[in-house]
Amino acid sequence: MKVNVKVNGISYEREVEPRTLLAYFLRESCGLTGTHVGCDTSNCGCCVVVMDGDRAVKSCTMFAAQADGHEILTVEGLAGGGQLHPLQQGFWDQHGLQCGYCTPGMLLTSYALLKHNPNPNEAEIREGLAGNLCRCTGYQNIVKAVQQAAETLRQPVAAK
Amino acid sequence: MIPAAFEYFRPHSIDEAFAYLQQYGGDARVLAGGQSLIPAMRFRLARPGVLVDINAVRDVNYVRANGKVLAIGAIARDSDIEHAPWIGERRWSLIHDVSRVVADPVVRQMGTPVGSLCHNDPAGDWTATALAARAEIVVRGKPGPRTVAIDDFLIDSFATAVGEGEMALEVRFPTPDDRTAGSYQKIERKVGDFATAAAAVQVSLNGDNTIRSAGVALSAAGPCAVRVEEAEHLLAGKKPSAELIRAAADAASRRSSPQADLRGSIEYKKNLAGVLVARGLRQALTRLGVQA
Amino acid sequence: MSTQQKPVGSLGVAMKRKEDPRFIQGKGHYVDDILLPGMLYLALVRSTYPHAEIISINVSEAMKVPGVKAVITGKDLDSAGLGWLPTFHGLDKQMVLALGKVLFQYQEVAAVFAETRGAAADGAEAVQVEYKPLPVVADPFTAKADKVILRSDRERKTNHIYHWEVGDKDATARALAASPKRISQRIWFQRCHPAPLEPCGCVALFDTMGRLQFHVTSQAPHVYRTALAIVTGIPEDKIHVISPDLGGGFGNKVPVYPGYVCAIVGALKLGRPVKWIETRTENLTSTGFARDYHMDVEIGATPDGRVTALHVATAADHGAFDAAADPSKYPAGMFGVVTGSYDFPVAHAEVDAYFTNKAPGGIAYRCSFRVTEASFAIERAMDILADELKMDSVDLRRKNLIRKEQFPYPSPLGFTYDSGDYHKTLDTALEKIGYKELLKEQAAKRARGELMGIGVSTFTEVVGAGPSKHFDILGIKMFDSAEIRIHPTGAGIVRTGTKSQGQGHETTWAQIVAEELGLDPQNIMVEEGDTDTAPYGLGTYASRSTPVAGAAIAMAARRIREKARKVAAHLLEVGESDVEWKDYQFQVKGVPAKSVTMKQVAFAAYTNMAQNEPGLEATYYYDPPNMTFPNGTYVAVIDVDRETGEVKVRRFLAVDDCGTIINPLVVEGQIHGGLTEGFAIAFMQEIQYDNEGNNLNTNFTDYLVPTSLETPHWETAKTTTPSPHHPIGAKGVGESPNVGSPAAFVNAVIDALSPLGVRHIDMPVTRDKVWRAIREAEARKTQS
Repeated sequence: MKVNVKVNGISYEREVEPRTLLAYFLRESCGLTGTHVGCDTSNCGCCVVVMDGDRAVKSCTMFAAQADGHEILTVEGLAGGGQLHPLQQGFWDQHGLQCGYCTPGMLLTSYALLKHNPNPNEAEIREGLAGNLCRCTGYQNIVKAVQQAAETLRQPVAAK
Repeated sequence: MIPAAFEYFRPHSIDEAFAYLQQYGGDARVLAGGQSLIPAMRFRLARPGVLVDINAVRDVNYVRANGKVLAIGAIARDSDIEHAPWIGERRWSLIHDVSRVVADPVVRQMGTPVGSLCHNDPAGDWTATALAARAEIVVRGKPGPRTVAIDDFLIDSFATAVGEGEMALEVRFPTPDDRTAGSYQKIERKVGDFATAAAAVQVSLNGDNTIRSAGVALSAAGPCAVRVEEAEHLLAGKKPSAELIRAAADAASRRSSPQADLRGSIEYKKNLAGVLVARGLRQALTRLGVQA
Repeated sequence: MSTQQKPVGSLGVAMKRKEDPRFIQGKGHYVDDILLPGMLYLALVRSTYPHAEIISINVSEAMKVPGVKAVITGKDLDSAGLGWLPTFHGLDKQMVLALGKVLFQYQEVAAVFAETRGAAADGAEAVQVEYKPLPVVADPFTAKADKVILRSDRERKTNHIYHWEVGDKDATARALAASPKRISQRIWFQRCHPAPLEPCGCVALFDTMGRLQFHVTSQAPHVYRTALAIVTGIPEDKIHVISPDLGGGFGNKVPVYPGYVCAIVGALKLGRPVKWIETRTENLTSTGFARDYHMDVEIGATPDGRVTALHVATAADHGAFDAAADPSKYPAGMFGVVTGSYDFPVAHAEVDAYFTNKAPGGIAYRCSFRVTEASFAIERAMDILADELKMDSVDLRRKNLIRKEQFPYPSPLGFTYDSGDYHKTLDTALEKIGYKELLKEQAAKRARGELMGIGVSTFTEVVGAGPSKHFDILGIKMFDSAEIRIHPTGAGIVRTGTKSQGQGHETTWAQIVAEELGLDPQNIMVEEGDTDTAPYGLGTYASRSTPVAGAAIAMAARRIREKARKVAAHLLEVGESDVEWKDYQFQVKGVPAKSVTMKQVAFAAYTNMAQNEPGLEATYYYDPPNMTFPNGTYVAVIDVDRETGEVKVRRFLAVDDCGTIINPLVVEGQIHGGLTEGFAIAFMQEIQYDNEGNNLNTNFTDYLVPTSLETPHWETAKTTTPSPHHPIGAKGVGESPNVGSPAAFVNAVIDALSPLGVRHIDMPVTRDKVWRAIREAEARKTQS
């Protein structure tokens, strides 16, 4: 079957089997390998992308067919105009990543989290990230990264 | 972990969805949130020949809280409840609590309360909640829609009153009055795990602070979530007290019939059932400004 | 020459990581990201039985599945001489695909090659295997009885793999017998699994020159290349192993797995690239597990708490094949460090290993080659001794810790600990955690029946394998290497034999070079993992990279400095002996104003080198003179909920001494991660097999990785006693948190429950176990 998914602002029309998971559609049909697969049971969150602007979804637990006609934001779409997204900057500044495998999922879950709650405290961040696993960092610096990003995003945007 | 192949349909109306389900009968499954179905398909434990994706059926995408009922449509998400503007109201405190502990915060953005009820996992959270809150489910069948009380809806592990070729359209929670509060208590080994034990409690008070009625239900306590009738009867009409709560808790322990598994022994889980009912009752009463 | 800014040092600088930009933009390059034209996918058929004869394997239905190109079985591999794979320990071999029988549930039985992932999965499902179940050996004690012999392929028909011992058996036995006080405890370190988020996998292809291009998740690419050359017969120059970005390793990506061999065979046979990426289930059920040591610990002591002797006898569960990736002379790894941080006059440790019907492995999960097991045993046992002696466990430790003056310390089990100031580290920890106030609070809580615990772990670990005199993997000595080349404009490249899986080598190695050469670390590129370009090394695991490769880098840089000095002398127009390296530049002795920077020298090395050798590069292969001994004191403060058995970690402080720190940010991150793993091991992780050999923890729903919500907040601090034999005094730290933390957690729980008379609970310390221990203790009280 044919699906048409807008990923990071670009339309991808591809032929897929109905059983093609969104994660593999993004990775193999769209060539966007930043979204990762880390488990079989929807626990790890390495596959998280954002659908229709503010819904974090586990792309391994969704069929590409379901995304037909929808918009998907992956990690490759976060930076814009040659600038890193404040979340990406936060993860870098605060040493919120080591092997990098969970990082795209963490970034996208945080992205959706901050859309709903622009000023989360530490407990809210930890709760909000509890669908994403990390084996390297122990989460502490990830929390700091999100806090930094939240603060940056709350600043009024400088007049251009 | 690739599912077996299937045919896929995406209807845009309830009638269209229903027509597919009637056509394919037992070989078809409804795809709503998919957060339980798709993992099962990836392990090939579920192998539907046909998936009917209802995520484009706008007619079942609603959360309506009017004075009488809270109606949650089939594709309304757990997160829609979690972030509902009225979720902080005391009358909805049971639903408030449960909407924060179902699965994990990302899964909740796709998962649906109706789907969870239809899935009827023995350790699901919405089933115990629906029991305690005395919810009803609207099921679309051949002659038309019918309303099924939650006690009749849950039949056995993974089996409900939704028959082959049918689909659930909405779950309705009666709107509690303003002397009602609840609590959902869940022990899980980590976020995302199924409950080791869980208790859903909803208490309504009379003007003199005696308990008018109570809903008490347990999850992970048997093949389906169970209502602890003994506790509900014990509590009705009584003045809250530590002894009353203990008696209700003991009734819950007795009613709990869990399996031993990696989460704990039968003895431990039965103990937890009582502990969580006690904690739930205390929290509900505290929310109502009553000390026990 | 233009005026240069005065160069500054890079060691100890918390610089942001240079590798991060690609990861935060989703442009990391992991094995599964590789997509090649014509690539086939490999799916493995796995046994549902733990122990069974294979009666037949029928692939005809599988071959009919659209997209399936080939199916191979153990028989096919065996006829090509590839039926068996030598294990890294070297004393055993393992089946690639099952031959005649299966020995553990989920063992590899057949390999299906297909056009798509879906077709490969469909094909695997269609392979029909007929099994005849055999009796199961589910634990090492049953194995010991030898009623059912698992490995008929071995010469000795026994489940006993080896007996290893170290120390003075008779003196220890005598000392124990003569000790006024003694404790004896069976301490089990449960089977767990490192579970990096990226599972194992590879892409294999034979290129137009007939070379095997092997992209693989490997922590030790050169060892893989040599091992593959030996196993397959392909000449080593025709094998190119590339380890790209790795999504975590933790020891899981050290062994060579059957899937790798099958992928290579498929690529050769079918003439197309083959990709094999395992599922999480396959990762947890068949790749290298960790631990599973049943340790009987005995400590003797005087009544006032001076230890007299230590004896540990261990039954090791190795699973169906001995694939514990230990150095060849150390079948029980570094278990001899079990005397820990204490001055035992005499000690004896022995390990007996057994085959069981479980997945093979044993060396993984930041274990430093069994140091995690040893450290847990001694730290738990010391607490049990303290309980027996009715002493504060901190006082008992203080009394027995090796003193600063005793370094270098020869342990009774053959190690020479390089340096440490254990008392200072302990005091630092106690002060920071507010130990005295905590004891007061605990006393008050105990009076009210509340259960609060303080757990301490004062661990020593041993890393940096290792000196060629003692250490080898498949005969290859455990040196490591660095090759540095400085370019005309003062930038450079360093290549080593290690392979980061998140440890930040692209930053830390640049910092070492930059420090030694007064250059900008931002302009030192680091490359690892490509066996065509990197000098030979043994890889990254067991915290060996900084101690061994880090040393090689410093030494290679010093070789460069020596070459550079010659050019500097030429530029400064003085004799070589008049030039000194000071303040990160070359200066004329006594005339600091006359100086040149390394950057200037680099340019001259290509443009104005006079009679000196042109260019500026050096290689160093470093054979470490000794291991290094990072150490630390960890303190856990916990509260127990009586009703639910829940343990809440209120505070956790880690004071680590890892010698010289290259990058404090990186070190702190490593500690956070390791503590989180130790926390998981202590409270929730286990790979359990039931009595019939069924694996009960096959994916993340049952093998639990803590989330950000459960994970405590980590407090970290340091003391610094440099390693006297390491060129920059560094010791390594990646595994210390896994080594030291489980005991701190468990000691805290037992401390909380000690008023109830609870002495020990095996990990994982689940809520059910805690609740039951409390109930049983209360029942005992009412009975007495």
